[in-house]
Amino acid sequence: MNEIRTEALRKVYPLSPAKRRGPSTAMAFGPPGAGAPPGAAANGARELVALEGLDLEVRGGEFFGLLGPNGAGKTTTIGILTTRVLASAGRASVAGADVINDPVAVRRRIGVVPQRANPDRSLNVLENLVFHSAYFGIARTEAVRRAMVHLEQFAMQDKAHEKVDALSGGQQQRLMIARALIHEPGVIFLDEPTVGLDPQARLALWDVLRDLHRQGRTIVMTTHYMEEAEQLCDRLAIIDRGRLLALDATAALKARAPGGTLIELSLDGPADDAATRVRALEHVSKSEAVGETLRIHSTAGGRIISAAIEAAESAGRLVRNITLKEPSLETLFIELTGRKLD
Amino acid sequence: MNEPTANPPMPVRTSTVFIALLRRDVRVAMKELPFFLLRTVMQPVLFLIVFGFLLPKMGMVRGGYQTTLLPGILAVSLALSAIQSVALPMVQDFGWTKEIEDRLLAPVATWVIAAEKIVAGVIQGVVSALFVLPLARLIMGPIPNLTFGHAGDVLLITVLGATAFSALGMWLGTGIAPQQIGLMFSAIIAPMMFFGCAYYPWRGLDAVPVMKYAVLVNPLVYVAEGMRGALTPDVPHMPLPASMGALLVIAALFWTAGLRSFRKRAIG
Repeated sequence: MNEIRTEALRKVYPLSPAKRRGPSTAMAFGPPGAGAPPGAAANGARELVALEGLDLEVRGGEFFGLLGPNGAGKTTTIGILTTRVLASAGRASVAGADVINDPVAVRRRIGVVPQRANPDRSLNVLENLVFHSAYFGIARTEAVRRAMVHLEQFAMQDKAHEKVDALSGGQQQRLMIARALIHEPGVIFLDEPTVGLDPQARLALWDVLRDLHRQGRTIVMTTHYMEEAEQLCDRLAIIDRGRLLALDATAALKARAPGGTLIELSLDGPADDAATRVRALEHVSKSEAVGETLRIHSTAGGRIISAAIEAAESAGRLVRNITLKEPSLETLFIELTGRKLD
Repeated sequence: MNEPTANPPMPVRTSTVFIALLRRDVRVAMKELPFFLLRTVMQPVLFLIVFGFLLPKMGMVRGGYQTTLLPGILAVSLALSAIQSVALPMVQDFGWTKEIEDRLLAPVATWVIAAEKIVAGVIQGVVSALFVLPLARLIMGPIPNLTFGHAGDVLLITVLGATAFSALGMWLGTGIAPQQIGLMFSAIIAPMMFFGCAYYPWRGLDAVPVMKYAVLVNPLVYVAEGMRGALTPDVPHMPLPASMGALLVIAALFWTAGLRSFRKRAIG
C-alpha cells in the first residue's frame, strides 16, 4: 500500500517586494518563502515556483530519499506532506489522510525531524519529550516511561534534566528524533537530518535511522549528500527546480549512471572548441562544454587525460584544474541536471 | 523501543491538546516568573512611586490623584503584561528559534494553538494586575473612594481587557519582523500608554475636546475607565457599559486579526 502519495503537486510562493529585498523570516518547514529555493524558477520575480507538478508514491515501510541540491523543492515537499505548507495545486495524502482536507489526521500519524534542531528551549530535555507527548494525548507516566526508553537508546539518559542548550549539536538532533518518535507515528519525515553534524555524529545517526527502518516505519528523508542517500535509502527521487527527474530503487539509479569515468577540466576560457576536439578522441563517449568547464565521459578511466589536455591546448586553452569521478549517483545527477549537487 | 502502531492512532480531543499547551505555557511562565514580573510590573511600579508617592508628598499633585491613578496603573500593568507575554514569544518563535514548530505539529487545528497562546496571555495579564494591586496600596497608602463592592465588574473588566491586549499581542507578535520589535514599544505601546487615560481621567480631557475623542481609538482608555467605574465609582468616569461594550468589540476585532495573522505565519 502507498503510505504517501502526491499528484501533480505544485507550490508557488508569491514574492512580495519585502520578500524580494529581505531575508526570509520563514519557519523551518515552510511558511512564506521557506525552502524558498534560491535556484527555483522565478517568474518575472513576482512569484517563485518551488514545485512544478510533483508525482510521488512512497510505499509503507520504505526508506525513501528525496535527493536534490539546495533549492530543489525538497523542503517544500516535506512542508506540504507535514501540513505546514499549503500546496498551490495538486493533491497529497499521508497514511490515508489528505494533507489539505484533514491535516489534523495527518499530524497524528507523522513524526517530523527538522533540518535545524528546534527544541523547546524553555523546557529541559525530559520536559521536551513529555510535553510533546501530552500534545498527542499521552498520559504523563507513560510519556516519562517512553522518554526514558528513547533517551537510553540514544545514550542520553543522564541528560534528562539538563537544559537543552547544554546538549551538543548531535545530541540535540537525537532529541529531535526522540521527539518525533515518542507518539509512535507510522511515518517519519527527516529534513537534511545530518547537516551540521560532525562525521562521528552523522554515522551514529545513520545507525539510528537504520534501526527505525528495520522496525518497519516509513521514512522520508531529504538530503543533498549522495553517500547518505546511497547508504540508507531503498528508493530515491532525484528532484531539481521543483521537478522529478528520476525515481527508482537506489541500486537501479546507480546502474543508470552514465557509463565510464567523468573527467572535468577547468579551462581558462570557453570550452566549446576544446569539447569538439576531445569528442574525436578514442575512449570518449561524450564531451561537452559547460562554460569554462569541459566535461568528458571516458570509457578508459583517467588514461585519456593527457590526450584531453593536449586537445584543449591545441584549442588554445590552458587547463587549470582536473577532477575525476567514478560512475555514481553524483555523475547521474550531473547528467540529469547539468549541475553539481552542492 | 516501541513498535510502530499498525492502525491509525486514536483521535486526540481538542480540549486535551489545548490543556497540554496551556500547561506548557504555565510551566514556562512559572520558571520565568521573577523576570516576567520585572518586565511587566517595573514600569507601573516606578510610576506609582513617582506619581502616587513622591509628588503627593511634595504637594505637587492634589490629594485625590491616587484615586485616579490606581485604576489606570492596574490597566497599564494588565495591558503591558498581556501584550508582551504573547507578542515576545511569537516574535522569537516565528522569527528565529522556530521553537513553536513542535506545537504546530500537534494534532489540532492551527487556530487552537493561537487561541491557547492568547488565553495564556490573559492569565498572565490578570496575574500581573493582581500583583500590582497590593503594591499600589503599599506605596500610596490608603486610597480614598476605593471600593471592592463591585468585584464582579472588576473581574469582568480585567478579563475583557486582558483578552483584548493578549489578542493584540498575538496580532503584533505575528505581524512584525523581529528586527522591528523595538519599534513596537516606541511606536505603539508608549503612545498607547500615554494617551490611554491611565494617568489622568477621560473626563479630564473635557478641557481638550479634540483629544477627548481622538483617544477613543485607544483600547487602554476603556480598560482604565472601566477600572475606574468598577473600583472608584464615585469618581467621574466613562459609563461602565460603554467601556465594557467597547472592549468586547475591540477584543473580537483583535482576536480575528490575531488568529488570521498567526495562521498566515504558521502555514505557508
